[in-house]
Amino acid sequence: MSPGMLWLMVFLVLPGLVLIVVSFASRGAYGELVWEFTIENYRRLSGFTLFGWTADYLVIVWRSVWVAFVTTGLSVVLSYPLCFFIAGRPERTRYLWLTMVIIPFWTNMVIRTYAWFLILAPELPFAKLAALIGFISPGTALYPSAFAVYLGMVSMFLPFVALPLYASVERLDWTLVEAAQDLYASRVRVFMQAILPQTLSGLSVGVILTFVPAMGMFVVPDLLGGAKYMLVGNLIQQQFGASRDWAFGAAISMGLMALTMLSLYIYRRRSKEVEYV
Amino acid sequence: MSRSSPLLTALAMFTMGFLYLPLLAVAFFSVNATKYGLVWRGFTLDWYVKLFHNEFILEAAWNTLVLAVVSTIVATVLGTLLAIAMNRFPWSRKTNTFLDLVLHLPVVIPDIIMAAALVVAFGLLRVISSAFEPGLFNMIISHITFQIAFVALVVRSRLVTLGQEIEEAARDLFATTPYLLWRVTLPLLLPGIVAGAMLAFTLSLDDFVISFFTAGPESVTLPLFIFAAVRRGVTPQIHALSTLVLLITVILVVGTERLTRKK
Repeated sequence: MSPGMLWLMVFLVLPGLVLIVVSFASRGAYGELVWEFTIENYRRLSGFTLFGWTADYLVIVWRSVWVAFVTTGLSVVLSYPLCFFIAGRPERTRYLWLTMVIIPFWTNMVIRTYAWFLILAPELPFAKLAALIGFISPGTALYPSAFAVYLGMVSMFLPFVALPLYASVERLDWTLVEAAQDLYASRVRVFMQAILPQTLSGLSVGVILTFVPAMGMFVVPDLLGGAKYMLVGNLIQQQFGASRDWAFGAAISMGLMALTMLSLYIYRRRSKEVEYV
Repeated sequence: MSRSSPLLTALAMFTMGFLYLPLLAVAFFSVNATKYGLVWRGFTLDWYVKLFHNEFILEAAWNTLVLAVVSTIVATVLGTLLAIAMNRFPWSRKTNTFLDLVLHLPVVIPDIIMAAALVVAFGLLRVISSAFEPGLFNMIISHITFQIAFVALVVRSRLVTLGQEIEEAARDLFATTPYLLWRVTLPLLLPGIVAGAMLAFTLSLDDFVISFFTAGPESVTLPLFIFAAVRRGVTPQIHALSTLVLLITVILVVGTERLTRKK
């Protein structure tokens, strides 16, 4: 047994198992853990309360999946032109452009998120324009809002899609694209049948690298969404922070884990299908 | 789709602007003379000077560095050994699949789940020993936990590309196991180990979520400090600090690029 594996057992696998157990425990009057096992936390997560059923928590869970979905979609749409642009540069400048995509990838996420405060501030043209068309009331900022969350999320995860996608675009066989064009394929058809299948390997890595962490993201909705646009990450953080309800926090984490496993499962099935084609 | 059209360039520039406009805004307002609001009042470097007299920031920078250095050293040693053990020891297929799964866990699961698991684990360990109070010690343990996986994955991919022929040749020439490891395997692995260590170091510097969950009041790191300050209300000093962090990131990225491209 290597010491590294022992370490992972003690501080990763064991805590993971403990988290599962804790998700069935209860919260004491002072926020301490009480070892009375119930499925109350999961009932609560699915909306059953003392006063009947509410969709509050399910809405947050569903919203997280939706935000992750939209974020991934927008990042893919923006990444394709970017990757083709970079791949079309001469070799000398190509690495410069690529480095320009890598830098935000490594920049601290707190900084990249709060930077949007400045762009969306009431003094700047964007918020003034939005006030002019009646999107917000004059003199207020564009955050916190759902719109700001999407901006923050897409700018956060775009490099996660663009970098793996670029690896595929760079190796693209252009003769296939030209052949399709010579045979009068429409632009859409050229993309769907000559470009997409060739870039699918990089794309699928980018999609999974974005979708899974986007579902559990907590910094962006916390700073840019506030109470208006809570995601499951904020809900978990709340249980371990202010609410001091570890058992419920553990149950929500298990819910997020289930969603993660489901996405990975779909991804693996999809990528197996791709191999057969 | 042609190889380069004005539309393509325009779209790519839009995306680049989207990535960089917020960061440039931070840098821009970090040299703005006004303390409140976002109106330009002239150039100043005062905020940068004040930064180096702010003991909270200096302490946070020190904590960030200690955390990153200590955790990277431990994780590099443990991760490298783990990669060698996984790749060169004849585990059964089942064990191998299990080890592989464990190794990929920190990479694929959302970090907030790992943070939650660690919080609960430290909470229970606190019953045994008071060493596990929220603080730098817990943060170091937590960082090592996700770093090990990344180091091991990087080193293992290097091991796979190396193949076993050279080691088998050394064995044929009667090299003992310690000699083989120390004089053959490790020198060959060095580029992979350095790459893994650099990845681990950057991940530690960059980490927010896991630090946020495991930190105590005495162990604030730079990302935590910026987050707390931003929630109170942004000041030009925070812009200056963020700009410096951004510059360090640029230097690290460009430096790593240079290093890896030469090879």
